[in-house]
Amino acid sequence: MSAIDVDVAIVGGGLIGCMTAFALCKRGRSVVVLERGRVGGESSGVSFGSLRLQGQHAVELPLALRAHEIWETIEEELGESIQFARHGHVHLALNDEHRARLESNARHGRAHGMDITLLDREMTLRRWPFLSDKVVAASWSTRDAVVNPRLVAPAFARAARRLGATIHEGIEVARVEQGGGRFIVHGRMRDGSEPVISSAALVNAAGAWSDTLAAQFGETIPLFAAGPAELVTEPIPPFAAPVMHVVDGSILFRQTDRGNVIIAGHPRMKVDAETRRARVPPDKILINLARLVAIVPRMRAHAVIRSWTGIEGYVEDMMPVLGPSSTTPGLYHACAFSGHGLQMGPAAAVAIAELIADGATTMPIAPFDIRRFYATGQQRTLSLAEEFQADVLPPRDGLVR
Amino acid sequence: MRETVVASPMLFRVASFDTPVVNLTVDGRSIQARRGESVLAAMLSHGGHVRRHEHGGAPRASFCLMGACQDCWVWIGAGERARACTTPVADGMEVSTSPTVHGG
Amino acid sequence: MARVVVIGAGPAGIAAAEVLSRASVEVAVIDEAPRAGGQYHRAPAPGLALDMRRLLGTGYAAYETFHNDAASVCSRVDYRPGTLAWGVHGGAVHLASRGAAKALGYDALVLATGATDRIMPVPGWTLPGVFTLGGAQALLKDQGCLIGRRVVVCGSSPLLYLAAVQYLRAGGEIAAVIDTTRFADKLRALPDMLAAPRVLRDGLHHMAALKRRGVRIIHGATIDAFEGEERVGAVVCTPPNRMPLRIACDAVAYGHGLRPETQLAELAGCALRFDAAQRTHVPETDLDGRAGQGVYVAGDGGTIGGGQAAAVSGRLAAAAALSDLGATTNDVDLEAGRRMLQRLRRFQRGLATAFRWPGERAGQLDDAVILCRCENVTMGEVRAAIALEDGAAEVNRIKAATRCGMGRCQGRFCGPGLAEVAAISAQHPGSERDRLRVQAPIKPLPIALAEDVVP
Repeated sequence: MSAIDVDVAIVGGGLIGCMTAFALCKRGRSVVVLERGRVGGESSGVSFGSLRLQGQHAVELPLALRAHEIWETIEEELGESIQFARHGHVHLALNDEHRARLESNARHGRAHGMDITLLDREMTLRRWPFLSDKVVAASWSTRDAVVNPRLVAPAFARAARRLGATIHEGIEVARVEQGGGRFIVHGRMRDGSEPVISSAALVNAAGAWSDTLAAQFGETIPLFAAGPAELVTEPIPPFAAPVMHVVDGSILFRQTDRGNVIIAGHPRMKVDAETRRARVPPDKILINLARLVAIVPRMRAHAVIRSWTGIEGYVEDMMPVLGPSSTTPGLYHACAFSGHGLQMGPAAAVAIAELIADGATTMPIAPFDIRRFYATGQQRTLSLAEEFQADVLPPRDGLVR
Repeated sequence: MRETVVASPMLFRVASFDTPVVNLTVDGRSIQARRGESVLAAMLSHGGHVRRHEHGGAPRASFCLMGACQDCWVWIGAGERARACTTPVADGMEVSTSPTVHGG
Repeated sequence: MARVVVIGAGPAGIAAAEVLSRASVEVAVIDEAPRAGGQYHRAPAPGLALDMRRLLGTGYAAYETFHNDAASVCSRVDYRPGTLAWGVHGGAVHLASRGAAKALGYDALVLATGATDRIMPVPGWTLPGVFTLGGAQALLKDQGCLIGRRVVVCGSSPLLYLAAVQYLRAGGEIAAVIDTTRFADKLRALPDMLAAPRVLRDGLHHMAALKRRGVRIIHGATIDAFEGEERVGAVVCTPPNRMPLRIACDAVAYGHGLRPETQLAELAGCALRFDAAQRTHVPETDLDGRAGQGVYVAGDGGTIGGGQAAAVSGRLAAAAALSDLGATTNDVDLEAGRRMLQRLRRFQRGLATAFRWPGERAGQLDDAVILCRCENVTMGEVRAAIALEDGAAEVNRIKAATRCGMGRCQGRFCGPGLAEVAAISAQHPGSERDRLRVQAPIKPLPIALAEDVVP
């Protein structure tokens, strides 16, 4: 294969890579996406599927809101359904500390124009009688939505392809050189062929493996791999429309339009990015089911039929790395989304596309600059570090041996 | 509740149990079986299917009869999930073919 | 003392446990069924007056010997019937029994998980009255019931003839045996099948017995449809170079041989490979059943080989586990066992030719045919998803897009057909197939089980 010349080469065909390809194609750029495995084959399809606004961290909320505007009309643009549904999102409180968090989230969300209703215990149980009295309060945000995450990356890839993007699957990026103001990307295919792609700009959308690519350009992303623990039940007659989410993240669930209930529960689990194999430990399955029946007793009458997880890239402050490289003109990072990539993805993609096409972006991405990891004396957002503690500690060891 | 047990039995018994009779109900209808019978054998000895499929409502009468296809799950009593082909009958058992707890 | 956990109490599991129980290791035998036997040696429920001697005929001696051995072995080990192994993780098997969850750590794990029927979808295969071939036999042996009064036995499997004979012996009527493999292919398989002359002779006896009883046997037919509204009422098939036939019945026993239950091996971290002869994925093992990660695979859960091969492979797997744990055993003649296994496997290769898997049928089925019976996904939906991927979709991608294989059975029954549709669309029908990945729990787990878990 001779060298392919494009405006932009995107490393990683996950949802971020595919969304970025779509955004760039809309701006008339020629794009190639290089995906080692299959489009959306790693963490993109495995998330819970919630497009949550409520409770998003203050630093992320402005970008999340911009992303939401895009989500709300995305199916028209894509020309296919990704099962977007604006069912709303309910945060549940199980104690006074949780209740205080609901109140603070509501104040903050309302300041950004969100429609959030606070409900006391009685109102909560009247509205959602399947909840147990362990729930002491709820906050209901109406604009939050869900999609079917498994459909997202392939749908964006198809849309980008229709606009002229080349999506290469089964191609590993062996190394990237620079010459003549261009990136020379050396690929390696399973059949042994070694295509070369020459591009003016390079996007690092390599998910849990994005630190390796950054390192080739002398940049450090302190990334670690973790995955959500997702469970799904058999189909159940419809009973719960909005996403239900205990505010500490210990359990969250939603019912799909086919009746299956998807269940997740933090902390997320450490997974092995080397072997690219990730499974939900059985103990974690049992713990999350126990948490679920404690707040939704009726679920005891149903069966869980499957679990899954994936390999997501996290950094300790739980914020993405989004924006230009600190060392290399023409290189852009869109990675380390720390479990928030699905919701923020469309806005992140537009930000990268605007940076490449216009040299500047209207998207609020300043807090996500890669240089935050090297800045000395930088103000570390401690609350995020604590959230990380709650969200990604590995589950405790065996119940019974 | 949708009609779930039709009159003509599916199965043809060629060997009998010399065990005590047990009484159970399937969606409220009383049937008799013998101790040692599976819930599935008891249901299909009195009717033509086990359940209606969640998507489309077509009748299903299980398929593999050995705990692999998972097409014969029912509810016992107050809502215990049980696979009919691998669950033995018991006296006084109440079998439901749709969830006993309904929405919201 | 090292602990060896055996999953399954069929011929492979019991043979393995027998060898292990005589060594200085702690042995646990986990079995989902309430009684030992697996499918091959399935025994009647207590109190069922079923004459097994008459039903099994020449097979009775092996059945009786197995159950005598099993009773003795199970009394010497930590035997846990009625227990589902639903996950394997971090050197422990996760169990569910009588509404409670437990984990059991192991130093070696012997997987003797057996097999289930392999199915190619047919119009009407989800109708009440259509059962698997193995299921039809299991119901008879376990519950003393036939699946109907007038039964069509069809597909491609040596069990077609055995099941038909057993149904006749039990007093049923066989409307027809429809074997989708041509008789010429059976002759072609003879050299390999001569590796097990006794089994071959039994098979020929069954065919002869059916003919004597006037049972219609149709070779090389295509099964077009199982017809009926709320219950199957007929099988439509097309014999070679003939017009379609409609055979009235009130039940159908259907199957295309067996598919190994490899879910626990996959979760335990064993590599799976595509076996071209069996047209299915099997755990990668050496001849003794070593699958790596302290896991040993025996019986039909590894390579489909039948009850006799299962017992031999169970003994070899147990000896391998003991040897790897440093606990020697002298009472397994490894060389004789390996020779016998190779001979039986050659016979099974012959069977795979004589009773071939009709993979090409997946390409001919109408779009309206249900492929995934759990999620009611049709062939047409699957083909549309493949078309969106430029015709080269991988099965797990199709699963993600269509829900095919996502239901309660996790692809046990749609998986083989799905793999063929994908291969045909990608225009590599002769080569390696993709495989649906599985996840815990490998069978539905009632959530009530977790009520006692401290969150």
